[in-house]
Amino acid sequence: MTIDQFLLMKNEILLIAIAVIVLIIDLMTDNKKILFPVMIILFIFTTVIGFIYQTDGELFGGMYRSTPLINMMKNILNTGVLIILLQSAGWLINKAENHENIGGFCFILISSLAGMCFMISSGDFLMFYLGLELATIPIAALVAYEKMKFLSAEAGTKFILSAVLSSGILLYGISILYGTNGSILFKDLNNSVEITNLQALAFIFILSGIAFKISLVPFHLWTADVYEGAPVNITSFLSSISKAASVFILLILLFTVFINFSEIWNELLVYLSILTMTIGNLFAIRQQNLKRFLAFSSIAQAGFIPLGFIGGTSLGASTVLYFLLIYVFSNLGAFGVVSVVTSATGKESMNDYNGFYKTNRGLSIVMMLSLFSLAGIPPVAGFFSKFFLFTIAAKQGYYFLLFIAVINATISLYYYLLVVKAMFINENEQPIEKITSDVYAKLGLAICVLGIVFTGLFGIIFDYINTLSKGI
Amino acid sequence: MEIFNITGIIPIILFASFLFTGLAGGRLKPMVSGITGTLSIFIVTAVSYYTAYKYFFEFGKAGNEYIKIIPFNLMWLQFNDTLFINMGILLDPISVMMLIVISTVSLMVHLYSLGYMKGETGFARFYSFLSLFTFSMISLVISTNLFQTYIFWELVGISSYLLIGYYYSKPSAVAASKKAFIVTRFADLGFLIGILILSYITKTFEYTTLTDPNGSAINQGSSVLFLGLSAMNVTLILIFIGCAGKSAMFPLHIWLPDAMEGPTPVSALIHAATMVVAGVYLIARLFPLYIFSGADALNVIAFIGTFTSLFAALIATTQMDIKRILAFSTISQIGFMIMSLGVSGYGDTNGLGFTASMFHLFTHAMFKALLFLCAGAVIHAIHLNNLNEMGGLRKYLPVTHITFLIACLAISGIPPFSGFFSKDEILTAAFAKNKLIFTTALITAGITAFYMFRLYFGIFWNKEVKYDKTPHEAPKTMTTALIILAVGSAITGFIPFGNFVSSNGVPLESHIHFEIAIPAVITALVGIFVAYIFYKKENNLPVRVSSAVGGLYGIIYRKFFIDEIYIFITKGLIFRFISGPVVWFDRHIVDGTMNGIAFITNLVSEKIKYFQSGQVQQYAYVMLSGIIIIVITVIYILSNL
Repeated sequence: MTIDQFLLMKNEILLIAIAVIVLIIDLMTDNKKILFPVMIILFIFTTVIGFIYQTDGELFGGMYRSTPLINMMKNILNTGVLIILLQSAGWLINKAENHENIGGFCFILISSLAGMCFMISSGDFLMFYLGLELATIPIAALVAYEKMKFLSAEAGTKFILSAVLSSGILLYGISILYGTNGSILFKDLNNSVEITNLQALAFIFILSGIAFKISLVPFHLWTADVYEGAPVNITSFLSSISKAASVFILLILLFTVFINFSEIWNELLVYLSILTMTIGNLFAIRQQNLKRFLAFSSIAQAGFIPLGFIGGTSLGASTVLYFLLIYVFSNLGAFGVVSVVTSATGKESMNDYNGFYKTNRGLSIVMMLSLFSLAGIPPVAGFFSKFFLFTIAAKQGYYFLLFIAVINATISLYYYLLVVKAMFINENEQPIEKITSDVYAKLGLAICVLGIVFTGLFGIIFDYINTLSKGI
Repeated sequence: MEIFNITGIIPIILFASFLFTGLAGGRLKPMVSGITGTLSIFIVTAVSYYTAYKYFFEFGKAGNEYIKIIPFNLMWLQFNDTLFINMGILLDPISVMMLIVISTVSLMVHLYSLGYMKGETGFARFYSFLSLFTFSMISLVISTNLFQTYIFWELVGISSYLLIGYYYSKPSAVAASKKAFIVTRFADLGFLIGILILSYITKTFEYTTLTDPNGSAINQGSSVLFLGLSAMNVTLILIFIGCAGKSAMFPLHIWLPDAMEGPTPVSALIHAATMVVAGVYLIARLFPLYIFSGADALNVIAFIGTFTSLFAALIATTQMDIKRILAFSTISQIGFMIMSLGVSGYGDTNGLGFTASMFHLFTHAMFKALLFLCAGAVIHAIHLNNLNEMGGLRKYLPVTHITFLIACLAISGIPPFSGFFSKDEILTAAFAKNKLIFTTALITAGITAFYMFRLYFGIFWNKEVKYDKTPHEAPKTMTTALIILAVGSAITGFIPFGNFVSSNGVPLESHIHFEIAIPAVITALVGIFVAYIFYKKENNLPVRVSSAVGGLYGIIYRKFFIDEIYIFITKGLIFRFISGPVVWFDRHIVDGTMNGIAFITNLVSEKIKYFQSGQVQQYAYVMLSGIIIIVITVIYILSNL
C-alpha cells in the first residue's frame, strides 16, 4: 500500500489527528482557553483540505471506498460540524461546569464525526457497522454530557438503550445477508442479492436499523426525549449531521446493494415517508418548547427525503444530497439561534421569543431565514431543495405521495410561521434582553446564512452535485 | 466595439446611486442624497453625449448605413440550445437618441427638484426613486432583447408607481398610483403573451435577429396562422397593447391624468418625456417586424394613434387643472407619434413617418418637460393648480412666463420652434398615406394650439388675482433647468434629424414641405387667435360658448365618461358576475376544506400524543411492532409482484 492510497482516507486521518491533539492539549495544560481556537483552526484546515483535494479509489479490497460524491458528503458533514463547534463555543467556554470538560466534548464530537466518515465511505457491511458504532456510542456520551441534569442523564440512557436495540436488529439483518450470500462486500452483494423471503427480511432489518438513525416513523420515538434532554448543540448534531450521514449511507445501500429490491423499497418508502412527515408534523404543531419543536420538525423534514429515493435515479441522488446540504445549513441556523439564546438566558419556550425582533434584530433575522428555508419559501435555498424533491416524485408519477407532501409542507409552514410571528409581531412586556454573542457563534451563524441565501440562487451548485452523483 | 465599453458604466452608476440614496439616504442630510443623485446623472449625461458623439460621427456607420453595435451581451438564462435570454447593451440610432433624451431630461429634473422638493419629507427617498427610474429607463432602451426590455419595462412601471404615490399619506395619490399600476400591468399582460408567442414562432428574443429584414424571424413568421389571421399580426397587436398601456393610448389612457398626483418634476420626467414614450420606442424598435409581417397591426396602430390624439386634445380644451391639461396634451402628442409610426413605410422617403415619429419624440420630450416644469414653478409660487383661480402671473414670474411661451409656441408648431419641424414631417407622412388621418391630425394640431394658449393666457394674462402672498420667481436651480430646456425647445428643430435616425439606418434627407407647412401653421395661428379672443382678458365668451354647446361640453368635460365605463365594467359586471362566485367558492369550498384539514390535524395531534409516553420499553415495543407491520407489508408487496 503506497502513501497515495493511504491518503484516500485523509479526511478520517486528519479528524482522528485533531481528536488526539485535542486530547493531548487537554491533558498537558490547565489553560483550557488555548484549546478551542487551536482546534477550530485545525478543523477549518481539514474542511478546506476536503474541498480542494479530491480523491477517488478503493482500499482494503473494497472495504473502504472514496468517490467524488462521498467526498462531497464528507465536506457537507465537516462544514456542519464546524458550524456546531463554533456554536457551542459560548456554551462551553462561559459555563464553569462545561468548561472543565471542554477537551472531552471536542474529542468525542470529532470521534463521532470520524465514525460517520468511515460509515459513508464503507464498501462492506463490516466497515459500515464499525463506522456506525463509532458514530453512535460517542453521541450517547454527549447526550448525557450535562450529567448533573436529570433530563440529560435520562436522555443518555434512553439513547443507548434504543441504539442497542436498533444495532441488534441491524446486525441480525447483516448476518442473514451474509448467511444467504456468503459475502458482505457491497459489490459482491450487488450481483448476488435476489428477492427471496429471507433476504427480504434481512433487507427490512437493515432498513429498520438505519431508519432508527434517521428517525423515520415508527422508529422515531426515542428522538423526542433524547433531543429534549441533550444539550442544544448535541441535539442539532443529532438532528442534522447524524441524520444526514445516515440518509447518505441508506442512499448508497439502496442504490447499490438493494437495487434489485427497488420495487419493494419504492413502495415501502412511500408509506414511511407519508407516515413520517405526517406524524412529525402532528407532533411538532403542539410543541411550545423551541428545542423540542425543532426536533419534531426535523422528523417531519426527514419524511421528505424518501421522495428523492423513488425510482432510484442519479438525479434523485443528487437531489437528496442537495436537500441535505441545505437542510444542514437551515437546521443549524435555527438551532444556532436557540443555542445562543439558551446559553445566554436559559429560555427555550416559544413565548419567551415574543418581541424578540425588538431587542435582537440580527438573531431574529437569522432565525427567520432558517425557518423560511426549512418551510421552503422562495427565494431562500430550502424552497429549491424541496421543489426538486417534489419534481422527482412527480416525474415518477407518485402523485398521491406528492399531494400528501404538499399538504405537509403547508402544515409545517404554519408552525414555522408561528415562531416568526412570535418574534416579529407578538408584543411582550419583557422581551429577551439584547444578547451579544461571541465571535465563534457569529461566524457559525454567518456560514449558515450564506448557505441559506446562496446555495439556492446559484444553480451551479446543484449542477456540480449532479455531475458527481453519476458515479454512485 | 471597445470604445463603447464606457457606456456600460451608465446603468452601474445609476444603480449604485439608487442603492446609496435608498439605503443610506435616510441617515444623511437630505441634500447629500439630492447632490449624489444629481452628480451621478450628470456623469451619466456626459457619458451619454460622449457615446452619442462617437456613435453618430465616428463608429456608428458601416458604409452609408448606421448599424447596430453590441458592446456587451452576456448569457443570463438558457432554455435550450436556440432559446436564451441575454443581458446586454445595444447601440443603434434610436437607442442612442433615447440615451440623450432620457439623460438630458433626467438631469434637468434632478436639478430642478433640488429647489422644488426642498424641505419635503422623504427627500432622499425621492432621489433614490428617481435614480431607480432613470436606471430602469436607460436599461430599457439599451436592451438587446425583448425579454430584457420586458424586465426593465416592469421596473419603470414600478418606479412610476412609487413616484406617483410619493405623497402616500394623500388618499388620492395612493388611488392614482394603484390605478396607474393596475392599468399598465393589465396591458403588460398582453405584452407578455405577445413576447411568449413571438418567441414561440421565431425561437429568439434577440432584436438583431428579430428585426433583420432578410432574417429568418420575418420570413418564417408570416406563414403561421392563428384564428384565420396571421399569427404575427395577433402577436404584434398584443405587444402593441403593452405599448398602449405604457403610452396611454385610448382606451388605456385613463391612468395618465390621475398620475399627475405625483410631484410635478416626476410628471415632467416620467409622465411626459420618457416613460410614456416607451411604447413608441418599442414599436420603433420592432419596426421592421411590423412593416414586413404585421401590416394589419400597423394599420390598427395608425388609427388608434389618430383617434387618441384628437380625443385627448378635445378633453384638454375643457379641463381646469393645469397639470391635467398638460397630461391630456401628452396623450394627444403621443398619439401623433404612434400615428406617425402607423403610416410609415420602410426605407428612403417611405420611412419618413418613422423619422418624424422619433423626431417628434425628441422635440416633445424637451418642450413637454419644459411645460411641466413651468407648471411646477407656477404651483411652487402660488400653491394652486386650478386655472380658474390664477391669472396675471407674467409680472411675478418673468422667467417662467417667457420659457412657457416658448414651449407653447413649440408644441403648437409655430416656426422656427422645434415642434414645427417634427409636426411638419408627421403631417407630410400622414398626407402621403391616408387623407382622413391627415385631416384629423391637422384639426388636432389646431385644437392643440388653442388649448395650449388657453392655458398660457389663463395663467399669465386674463384676470388679475389677489394672492395671499405675493408670488415670487422660483430659485436658481429651477430657473436654470427651465432656461436650458427652453433653449432646447427653441433650437432642436434645426437638427437634420433624418441624417441620424431613419427606418433602415440609411440617412434620409429632409426638408420643409411648404404645401403641408403653410396650412398647418395657419391652422395653428387660428387656434391661437381663438384662444386670444377667449382668454386674453377676462370675459364671458367662454361661458357663452360652452353653454351654447351644452351637453356636448358636459360630455367632453367628463372625459367622455370613459372612467365611468371602466367602473361599470369592472364593478358592475366583472366583480358581480365573475369575482362574486369565485369568492364564494374560495370562502366556502377552499377555505372550508382547509379549515377541515386544520381541524382534523389538531384532533389527531391531540389523540396521538399518548404514544410519546417517555417509557423506553414502550418505544422498543412500537419499534418491533413497526418492523412486523413492515414485514407484512413487504409480504403483501411481494405477493403482488
